[in-house]
Amino acid sequence: MVKLDFNIGDLNFKNPVLTASGTFGYGSEFDDFLDVSRLGGIIVKGTTLEPREGNAYPRMAETPSGMLNSVGLQNKGIDYFERNIYPKLSQYKTNVIVNINGSSIDDYVALAERINDLDHIPAIELNISCPNVKMGGMVFGTNPASTREVTKAVRAVCLKKLIVKLSPNVTNIVEFANIVQEEGADAISLINTLLGIAVDIHKMKPSLSTVTGGLSGPAIKPVALRMVWQVARAVKIPVIGIGGIMNAEDAIEFLLAGASAIQVGTASFIDPQTSVKILEGIESYLVNKGFNDIEDIIGFINKPC
Amino acid sequence: MAKRIESLQIIENKHLNNDFFIIELKGNGQIPEMKPGQFVQVKVDGSPGTFLRRPFSIHDVNYDRNTYKLLVQIVGKGTETLSKLKKGDSLNTIYPLGNSFSLPGKGQRPLLVGGGCGIAPLLFLGKYLKKNGYDPDILLGFRSRDRIIEYNEYIELGEVFLTTEDGSRGEKGLVTEHPLLSSSRYDMIYCCGPDPMMKAVAKFSIEHKINCEVSLENLMGCGIGACLCCIVETVKGNLCTCTDGPVFNTNDLKW
Repeated sequence: MVKLDFNIGDLNFKNPVLTASGTFGYGSEFDDFLDVSRLGGIIVKGTTLEPREGNAYPRMAETPSGMLNSVGLQNKGIDYFERNIYPKLSQYKTNVIVNINGSSIDDYVALAERINDLDHIPAIELNISCPNVKMGGMVFGTNPASTREVTKAVRAVCLKKLIVKLSPNVTNIVEFANIVQEEGADAISLINTLLGIAVDIHKMKPSLSTVTGGLSGPAIKPVALRMVWQVARAVKIPVIGIGGIMNAEDAIEFLLAGASAIQVGTASFIDPQTSVKILEGIESYLVNKGFNDIEDIIGFINKPC
Repeated sequence: MAKRIESLQIIENKHLNNDFFIIELKGNGQIPEMKPGQFVQVKVDGSPGTFLRRPFSIHDVNYDRNTYKLLVQIVGKGTETLSKLKKGDSLNTIYPLGNSFSLPGKGQRPLLVGGGCGIAPLLFLGKYLKKNGYDPDILLGFRSRDRIIEYNEYIELGEVFLTTEDGSRGEKGLVTEHPLLSSSRYDMIYCCGPDPMMKAVAKFSIEHKINCEVSLENLMGCGIGACLCCIVETVKGNLCTCTDGPVFNTNDLKW
């Protein structure tokens, strides 16, 4: 048997394949296609204190090897989540992580406190990188001082493992990674989507109602991989790689570049079974290469020859 | 009804004209029960610009042959690639997805209204209505005489009324201008077609207090309610076209 598990602090994940927030609903959307409990973890849809309707339609545009979205954190709020979604999520035998979003530091703190009470949620992912909301989101994650302030404030109250999800829309990603590590994050996930636009030349209008949206899919993979590599070399806490991972080969690239785990995002839209296929693919890669422990390949490209 | 992901064999790709074709897919095992209004998410291989799946209404189901059909209009690179597929090729599909049209009340008279590619779900619906003891009338709109498709299939289901924009066959104009619609003979209208047509039919139905269901075709990411891209504004808030629809009662839509 190959050892596939990894830890964030004392929180164990049975394998390194997680699903990215906003691409896997609340798990149940995928129950017909796979056994969600096989995954290392799922990060559920971005959650806010109050319900949000999200942005106007159209909020998606297909682009070369990817897609732009400007969903804008549509969700029913933490009360609804706790009452109606959390009980079902508790039945999965995997780590269920809530991605939290706020318009102010107080929002983030209040959400972290609410999650403290939920026994079956072992970690939160602090989303300071959503590009599709006017207030909060990326506004926090692209400013070093705000990144420090919000991480510190949430850390002060958060009793769960704290993962901070970074935005790629910055000049120096390592600066942000160092800040969240200093402020007590237990892990870093990156990258969120890259800010972009698309234009409908027939209608002579922006393709998205919001003009700008977040780019995801294989188009962003090399950028994501570069940032993961930079951050993994700079910090001591585990790094979770995200960005255009479509198959096991892509996932392994991230592991070799230094990610301890990965999140499958947009790929789940095209093949809802992508995450389990990646899990199987990583396992057979390790077997074929003669490794007994996934730990041995994490950051392999950085090791001296 | 469990959704499934399967690579299915194409047993026929019939071209109706330069724009439309019908792909018939054969189930691997027994195909599941499908309902009119439901749709399929198709993966388009061999088309580099086509990243996401493409949604298509289920046009017809034949449980004896263990097949179902998709009526497709060539509108871009993805559909053009699909048009070139041949008998024996396989197609990766996720199905059956979405909700379905509801049956009219007992003894009520249904009217099916379709335009262009929007006629796709109405054949399956018409057959389903007939099987359940209803006699639908059918009103179909096309741009011109040579664009009319599937006419022979629809006349088997009920009386078919046609409009063409250039008047080359049937009434001249749009379906909403056909005298049949204002005859107030119907208790239930089912409509699928371009947005302006569905909006006009919805407006008419609401004004005349006729129950009306439309099948929407919003841009979709996943088709299974995960990405929240295909939303439509309703009196119940933003709903997903893929899981809360694609069929909506027009009373619920904020049109």
